[in-house]
Amino acid sequence: MAAISVPVHQEPNILSRLLGRPTSAIGLAILVLIALAAILAPVIAPYAPAKLSIASRLDPPSMAHLFGTDDLGRDVFTRMLYAARTSLAVGLAVVVFASIIGIVLGLMAGFFRKLDAPVSRLIDAMMAFPDILLAIALVAALGATAVNVIIALGIVYAPRLARVVRASTLVIRELPYVEAARALGIPTPIILVRHVLRNVTSPILVQGTFIFANAILAEAGLSFLGVGISPSIPTWGTMIAVGRQYMDQAGWMMMFPGAAIVITVLALQLVGDGLRDLLDPRLAKDI
Amino acid sequence: MSVLSTAAAPLPVEAANAVAPLLSIQGLTKHFPARNDRIVHAVEDVSFDVKRGSTVGLVGESGSGKTTAGRAILRLIEPTGGKAIFDGVDLFSLSASDMRAYRRQLQIVFQDPFSSLNPRMRVAAILNEALDARGFPRGQARRDRVAELLTLVGLSPDHASRYPHEFSGGQRQRIGIARALAVEPQFIVADEPVSALDVSVQAQILNLLGDLQKRLGLTLLFIAHDLSVVEYLCDEVVVMYLGRVMERGPSRLVYAAPRHPYTKALLATAPIPDPTRVRTHVPLQGDIPSPINPPSGCVFRTRCPEAIEDCAKIIPTVDPVGGGHHVACIRHNQPFA
Repeated sequence: MAAISVPVHQEPNILSRLLGRPTSAIGLAILVLIALAAILAPVIAPYAPAKLSIASRLDPPSMAHLFGTDDLGRDVFTRMLYAARTSLAVGLAVVVFASIIGIVLGLMAGFFRKLDAPVSRLIDAMMAFPDILLAIALVAALGATAVNVIIALGIVYAPRLARVVRASTLVIRELPYVEAARALGIPTPIILVRHVLRNVTSPILVQGTFIFANAILAEAGLSFLGVGISPSIPTWGTMIAVGRQYMDQAGWMMMFPGAAIVITVLALQLVGDGLRDLLDPRLAKDI
Repeated sequence: MSVLSTAAAPLPVEAANAVAPLLSIQGLTKHFPARNDRIVHAVEDVSFDVKRGSTVGLVGESGSGKTTAGRAILRLIEPTGGKAIFDGVDLFSLSASDMRAYRRQLQIVFQDPFSSLNPRMRVAAILNEALDARGFPRGQARRDRVAELLTLVGLSPDHASRYPHEFSGGQRQRIGIARALAVEPQFIVADEPVSALDVSVQAQILNLLGDLQKRLGLTLLFIAHDLSVVEYLCDEVVVMYLGRVMERGPSRLVYAAPRHPYTKALLATAPIPDPTRVRTHVPLQGDIPSPINPPSGCVFRTRCPEAIEDCAKIIPTVDPVGGGHHVACIRHNQPFA
């Protein structure tokens, strides 16, 4: 029965299976914690994010300022909570935007033979650029705003998704249930969504998690390089960029946002690995 | 089994036979492009009729083009040439959108019960998709119809809320049949519907198909590589080899008195449940030749025990030999050595 490599329907409760794996459970727990911290930032934060205090400039971590203060006396912990909102929102928006482009391109290349060559070459061309370089070029062209960063990173990561979607579509296109739908006279756009896209959700989910992690890193990178979101809006990347100037006097300014990025990306990777193992039957057997 | 089911044709058998067939395949040809501008001759000049309410078996080994022919008739792959006159209309001449209107008249049951159902759709959704295609109203009538369809194929109405992976191969095949029946088609292509199933389940599905065919007055094109399966179910048989028709005619004639060496070889290799029987061995040497470069003349000559020199020169026509029986062999009149 298992001889046919068709996407077999998964147990409905993927979440409980994910939680059954210790590494994925830890990753998921961390993500939930970070997301909650971001959402509840106004409640948790001990100070206002922009409140200046010249008297307590570059204060080291203390009970009053858990993660210390920055060059303008702002509370680093507070700003990190607010930065999490931006970083996560940008990451999520990039995933959504990249998914839309990637799914459309991937379905077109995979389902319509005539479109495969031109679309695939376009995908190859886009993937030939180094990620961050392409993002910098796009942001430079579009202007450094949050929306443009999302657009730029979405364009950068869309080809990865398009490839995954195309590969799965090529397989599903030939399956009898697609033929059955055609025999029923179901219009092609509906076949694409109902029969093809629905069976490509697993690889999209896995790829999406990794793109989320990469997007957070890339956004931080862009902000650090000064071509990202305006420094007035706290993101982990801008905080590190500012902290770099005070590296020897106030290491905490860089350290804590840096740790936040590492932990978030690590958590996403753990969840992504778990999803991939659970949703890919071939890998799941080896574990 | 009678040639006509009473449900489909109230006419007496003689009168109904005179009526035009439900489906008439004329010169069906399908070529696929291959590397280096070569052509795969998958189906070459295939003609046969399917009478209303009858079951026609399309038989041949792997690579004979039988599945390609079945799919081309439904235009699931576009045919290269020929005609498929269905109820007076040539399906091959219809535009894609006109064809869509005809689709619900012609359905297909697939070989592989595992990949023929979308794993992410519940049984109810699978049947609903078909009912939507037919324009069946939603609501209670729809739910009743889903239950009725499931009962019709021997499943329980509460199976509707399950996913395909919860069923066995035979049950999945029943769901596939229910999906085909949902649009109330006149004609169904059954593409080796039992060859992927356990032997114990095969008979159940064959009985179901035979039963449904009689009850609903369906017309069936039953594709198989196994002559014994076809004998049980079919009124007529079309034997294909390397894309061409070798022999066709009423089952009883073809089985009792096969005229083509290929049919004889196929029948001789079919297992018969009799351990005391001594097998009269008809050697069928070698493999089926490549359809990219089929043999000249008769395509079967390279493996034919009766082949003579002329077989390489003449492409045999499919000639009538009486009683609706047709044979494509230049030697069918001569006693074989």
